[in-house]
Amino acid sequence: MKLYWNYFIMELKSQMQYKASFLLTMIGQFLTAFTTFFGIQFLFDRIDGVDDFTYGQVLLCFSVIMMSFAIGEMIGGGLAVFPDLLREGSMDRILVRPRSILLQIIMPNMDFSRLGLLAQAAIVLGIAIPASSVVWTWQKVVVFILMILCGSVIFFCLFLLVASISFFTLQSLDFMDIFTYGMRDFGKYPFSVYGESILMFLTFVIPLALIQYYPLLYLLDRQNGILYILSPVLSLFFVIPSVLLYKIGLSNYKSSGS
Amino acid sequence: MRAELNVYFSMFRIRFNHNLQYRAVVLGAVLKGFLWAMMEILGYLAIYRTGGDSLPMDFSSTVSYVWAHQSFIVLFSVVFADSEIYSSIRTGAVVYDLARPVGLYGRWFCQSASNRFSFSLVNCLPVLILGILMPAPFRLVLPASALQLLLFLVSTLLAFGVTVAIAMLMYVSLFYFISQRGIRIIVRITTSFFSGGVIPLLFFPGPVRRIAECLPFAAMQNMPLQIFCGTISGADAVKGIMFQLFWLCILILAGWAAMGQATRKVVAFGG
Repeated sequence: MKLYWNYFIMELKSQMQYKASFLLTMIGQFLTAFTTFFGIQFLFDRIDGVDDFTYGQVLLCFSVIMMSFAIGEMIGGGLAVFPDLLREGSMDRILVRPRSILLQIIMPNMDFSRLGLLAQAAIVLGIAIPASSVVWTWQKVVVFILMILCGSVIFFCLFLLVASISFFTLQSLDFMDIFTYGMRDFGKYPFSVYGESILMFLTFVIPLALIQYYPLLYLLDRQNGILYILSPVLSLFFVIPSVLLYKIGLSNYKSSGS
Repeated sequence: MRAELNVYFSMFRIRFNHNLQYRAVVLGAVLKGFLWAMMEILGYLAIYRTGGDSLPMDFSSTVSYVWAHQSFIVLFSVVFADSEIYSSIRTGAVVYDLARPVGLYGRWFCQSASNRFSFSLVNCLPVLILGILMPAPFRLVLPASALQLLLFLVSTLLAFGVTVAIAMLMYVSLFYFISQRGIRIIVRITTSFFSGGVIPLLFFPGPVRRIAECLPFAAMQNMPLQIFCGTISGADAVKGIMFQLFWLCILILAGWAAMGQATRKVVAFGG
C-alpha cells in the first residue's frame, strides 16, 4: 500500500513541477465544462424546461454527471494508455512485478488537472441547488452523495471497460468514447428525455440512469419506492462485468511488443 | 513555384493513403459520429417538444445542422491529431524542418489541411449519407437549390482555410509555451464554442450573439453549416462568404508574420 501511495505522491509532485502548465490545463478543463453549461444556459433563456424538468433540475443532472465524470476520469482516465502499453510491450514489464497490475497503471497516470472540471461542477451545483426546488432532508442528502460516488465508480468502470477491450483489438476504439465523453455531455438532461429505448439501455446495460434519472425522481418527491432510493447502489452491479472482462482480457494477453 | 506545389501535393497523397490503411478505425469513427448525432437530435427533439415555438430555428433545420456538424467535425476542428507537428516543436526536430528548402508555413499548412481533409473524407462523410437515409423527423435535408449548395461548398472551403489558419497561429504560440496540452484544450474549447460547435450561434442570446458573429471563429463552421441548413441564404450568404474571405486573409498574413518572428530566434530543445 505504501508503494502505491508513493506512486501517487510522486505523480502529484511531478505534475506540480510545471506550475504554469498544470494551471493552464486546469483552466482548460474548467472552460470545457463551462461551455456545456453555457449551452444549457442559452437554451433555457428561451425555453422553460425540457419535458417536465425545469432549468434547475436539468442543472442538477448536469452537475451530478459532471462530478461523477471528473472523479471517475481523474482516477480511470489514465487507463487510456492501455493500448499504447500493449502495443509497445511495456505491459510485460508491469506483469512481472509482484504487485497489483491495475494499480500500477492507474497510480502513475492520474490526471489531477481534472480538478478543474470538479471545481466547475461544484459551482454549477451551487446554482442548481437553490433553483431545483428540492426539499432537502438528510435521507436525500445521503442519496445525493451516493449518486455522485456511485456515478464515479460507473465512469471508472467505463474507462476500464474501454481499456479492457483493447486487449482484444490492440487499438483504441473511437466509438467507445460515446459512453464516456458522450455520456458526460448527454447526461445534462435527465436520461428519460432521450426516449424509452435509450432509457432502458442506460438502466440495464450501462446503468448511468440509475445514478441520475431514478434517484432524481426521488429527490423531487415524484417517486418514493425503495428501488428509486437504492438505485445508485444497484448500479454498482456494473462493476462485475467490467472487472470480469478485464480479467478475461488479462488472462488472454499475448505480448505484442519487442 | 511549380516544383513547390508538387512537393505539397505529394505530401497530401502520402497522408491520404496512410489514413485509408485502418479499416476498423474507419468503421468505429463512422459509428461514433452517427450515434453522437442521433443522441444530440433526440435531446433537441425533447426541447422542441416542450418549447419549440420559442426557438429561432425550426426542428428540421436543427436536425440538418447536427448531421452536417457531425459530418464535418474533423474538417472544422482547429485542434486535431497533427502529431508530427506537435512532436516536431516539442522535441526540437523543427530545426530539420527549418533546414528544408520548403517554407515552413506552407509545409505545415498543407500537412494540417491534408490531415483533416483525408480523415474527414473517409471517417466522417459517410455520416452525412447515413443522415440522408434516416426516416422522416430525423432526416437530413439537403439545401433546397443548386445555388444554395454552391454557396455552401464555397463557404466550406473558406471555413476550412480559416480553421487551418487558426491552427497555424496555435502552432506558432507553442514555440513560446511549453505546455502543449493546456493550450490545446483552451484553443479547442474556445474555437468550438464560438463557431457554433456546442449549440448553433443562432441560439445565443442577442448581445452575445452579435459579438460572437464578428469574431473570426464565426467564419469557421458556423457559416457553412448555417448556409447548409438554410438559416442564411441568398445575399446574406454572399455577405457571409466575404466575411470569411476577410478573416482568411488576415489570419494567414498574421500567421505568416508570427511564424517568421518565432523561427528567427527559435530555441530548440533536445540534442
